[in-house]
Amino acid sequence: MSKVKQQKPLCVWNPKPLKRVKPTNKKRLREREKTNPFSFLGQLIPLAKTGLPLWMLGLAADRLRADMNRLLSFLFHQGILDEQFLQLQQLQDETSPNFVSEVVNIYFHESEKLLRNLRSLLMDREFSDYNKMGIHLNQFMGSSSSIGAKRIRNVCLAFRAASDQNNRAGCLSALEVLEHEYCFLKNKLHELFQIQQQRVLAAGVRYPMQH
Amino acid sequence: MEEKMGGSNGEDSGEDQFPVGMRVLAVDDDPICLKILANLLCKCQYQVTTTNQAIIALKMLRENKNRYDLVISDVNMPDMDGFKLLELVGLEMDLPVIMLSAHSDTKLVMKGITHGACDYLLKPVRIEELKNIWQHVVRRKKPDSKDELAAPNHDKARGGTGEAGQTWVACSSDQKVNKKRKDQSEDEEEETEDNGRENEDSSCQKKPRVVWSVDLHRKFVAAVNQLGLGDQAVPKKILDLMNVEGLTRENVASHLQKYRLYLRRLSSVATQQANMVVALGSRGPSHLRTGSLDGFGDFRSFTGPGRFSSASLPSYQSRGTFGRLNSSAALTLSGISSGVIQPGNSVNGLRKIQPVVFPANQNQNGVLFQGITASIELNQLSQTKSTNHFGEYNCVDERNVFRISSSFPDARVVVGSSSNSLSTASGNALVLQGNTQQVQCSAAFENLPSFGMTSLNRESNDLSVRGSSNCLEHGRCSENWQGTVQLSNFPPSNEQLPSNNLQESIPWRNSSPSNGCIALSSMASSAFLGDSRADMLCKAGLNNSYSHVDSRVSASGSMMDQSNAVSSNTNDVSLFSHLNGEAPFAVWLSEGDKSSFDTDLRSNDNFLFLQSKPQNGFSQNNFESLEDIMSPVFKLEQNNETAFMDGGFGFDVAYPLGSCM
Repeated sequence: MSKVKQQKPLCVWNPKPLKRVKPTNKKRLREREKTNPFSFLGQLIPLAKTGLPLWMLGLAADRLRADMNRLLSFLFHQGILDEQFLQLQQLQDETSPNFVSEVVNIYFHESEKLLRNLRSLLMDREFSDYNKMGIHLNQFMGSSSSIGAKRIRNVCLAFRAASDQNNRAGCLSALEVLEHEYCFLKNKLHELFQIQQQRVLAAGVRYPMQH
Repeated sequence: MEEKMGGSNGEDSGEDQFPVGMRVLAVDDDPICLKILANLLCKCQYQVTTTNQAIIALKMLRENKNRYDLVISDVNMPDMDGFKLLELVGLEMDLPVIMLSAHSDTKLVMKGITHGACDYLLKPVRIEELKNIWQHVVRRKKPDSKDELAAPNHDKARGGTGEAGQTWVACSSDQKVNKKRKDQSEDEEEETEDNGRENEDSSCQKKPRVVWSVDLHRKFVAAVNQLGLGDQAVPKKILDLMNVEGLTRENVASHLQKYRLYLRRLSSVATQQANMVVALGSRGPSHLRTGSLDGFGDFRSFTGPGRFSSASLPSYQSRGTFGRLNSSAALTLSGISSGVIQPGNSVNGLRKIQPVVFPANQNQNGVLFQGITASIELNQLSQTKSTNHFGEYNCVDERNVFRISSSFPDARVVVGSSSNSLSTASGNALVLQGNTQQVQCSAAFENLPSFGMTSLNRESNDLSVRGSSNCLEHGRCSENWQGTVQLSNFPPSNEQLPSNNLQESIPWRNSSPSNGCIALSSMASSAFLGDSRADMLCKAGLNNSYSHVDSRVSASGSMMDQSNAVSSNTNDVSLFSHLNGEAPFAVWLSEGDKSSFDTDLRSNDNFLFLQSKPQNGFSQNNFESLEDIMSPVFKLEQNNETAFMDGGFGFDVAYPLGSCM
């Protein structure tokens, strides 16, 4: 194992946080305007990040939806997510419009904490307390399965089995797989949320929009 | 932190549209699961309150006991163990608690059951499962509100219902009952086929069924005796004599019919019993012989002092060994007229003893059995089987309760045992033996384990009486009860003890091999009390504690006499407190004798108590004693008339199973 920093990032790359689509400063906006193909309209057409005017995003709604479906089916097909995730989506309604993203964000937050704890426990030279590790693992497993993260849950099962046998090496390797799976899932879910946010925007586009 | 969702709670506004609006308290330290759970529950239209700390949850529960209908709690929590919370909630508030965990380990599920959980769900929680959790509330409520019968369903054994092996009887009956309760109109007072499996307060006019409690039955019998069993005993006159309000002529008529059947049955076994009695050298064989009221009367007088057990007990006590049990059993038989004490399987695998003992006993008891009826034989059979089971049991600490009943055609003996062994986490094995001719008992027993287990696992050696009560509750047991007299320490909240049903013998499996399991429950003592306890099979493990057992038996016997309602909780507690950790002792103590009893109980022995139901013949004799014994039981659960009659009345072979149901 190469040297481990204290707070090793769990993911190799961190997806950028979702940004608002409107340009960050007026200068950039002006620049954009110069090259705005729609400038002939004589109005300041706000452009989405994608370079399309916002109102055109509405046209892309179908494409966005297709993207989202494709991503979801990929995730389900690969066994990364299971029907529990669908149930989560069903819980989202008018009374809790951002339910899924809220829950998933909490999950990310908690999971990173738990994974860090697990790693620090395992890396400890005098590690012997499998019970304590088991508690963290149990919680991680519970939340992962509640989210519908099937693959992660399965890895947790393997982890638990290794822990029951007091197999430290097995636990370590399981932890590595776990971290990898977690990163992967996190990125995919971020991607999913980005698409969804864009869909929301596309649905809420009004023309003309004035900044 | 806590949140409230779904509107205010604290009122029964949703009562009529139950389960909508049911107030649930969700406890989980994992915020994700908590959030998801809360939303799922809201989707099911419950009113949800959440908290991530068990301490806060307890505080909220204590503030107002009626604020919540149901508690869902995670197993692994940092501030307090989920099982501890479960116990506390069950003890203090008697709310149904559902456990939740990502870990589906059998041991954990068992632990949940024994601690009293209604159900054990696995994460991820699905909405389909949550849609049905209201049944636990109804199950608990029903007895409280209607019958004072806590009918913990086998379901309670959560997650593990499978483990408890809920029998159809328990479950279906319970559910049917539930349904029935809901559908029945309030003023229905008609008697159901069997005098109701449910126990109902006969004085409560709203109840559709009449429950023939011990007292009621006593009055009935007194009235019948007074009139003479011949032509004079007509329902109308009996009704007048009894002078109980809320009782209709129809109730009395059907009860009389059953009673007559019971008597007829008694007389058929009378000779055999007589033989046995002779063999046993017991006294009062007369009661055995007479199937008539006279016999009964004798019996009564015989057992008048109710200290049948005491008579037999001394002899018992003198015997230190199990082997003596047989003889003492004989004595008891005479006294009890059907107490058969069988050596329980000790942890050491006394299993073999059982069969051995059995034959030994058979001379004495055998007659009884044979005489009594097929049921008796069955009982024996069952007992043997159960003993065998016990054998298995012994080894395993956390063995699940096995259902013996299923093996018996008549479901005579239902042994429900909680698998917790004493040695481990004070697991108590409940061995319920309901030798009932009816299968129902078995069913009931089965439930028992689940239920019983919960209470059994109290830290202080509680015996999960509850479990037994659950089983018993299943009402039918009472019918089936015939043979089974159960002594169980049911915590008061558990009411379930169907009086008739059973005396549960709680087998204790001690980890220490030295201790045998002595199934000695108050039942045994009660058996002693009852002449016709012949059916009672007490399995007493041979072990040092035998003497203890003796003392216990006597104590219990005396207690039984008391026919005090058993406030199971207090009794149990006191009882258990005296017990050394290991020996959970399921004893039904009447309050009065608690102290005496307590002193007796100091043993680490495991008691396996198998009690066969007294056969009809015996039951007759046991009438009196049974009543005594049962009274506490009755209190917990109103027995059906039949149940009470264990005296054998209700459990005539002729008694159709169906009727019990």
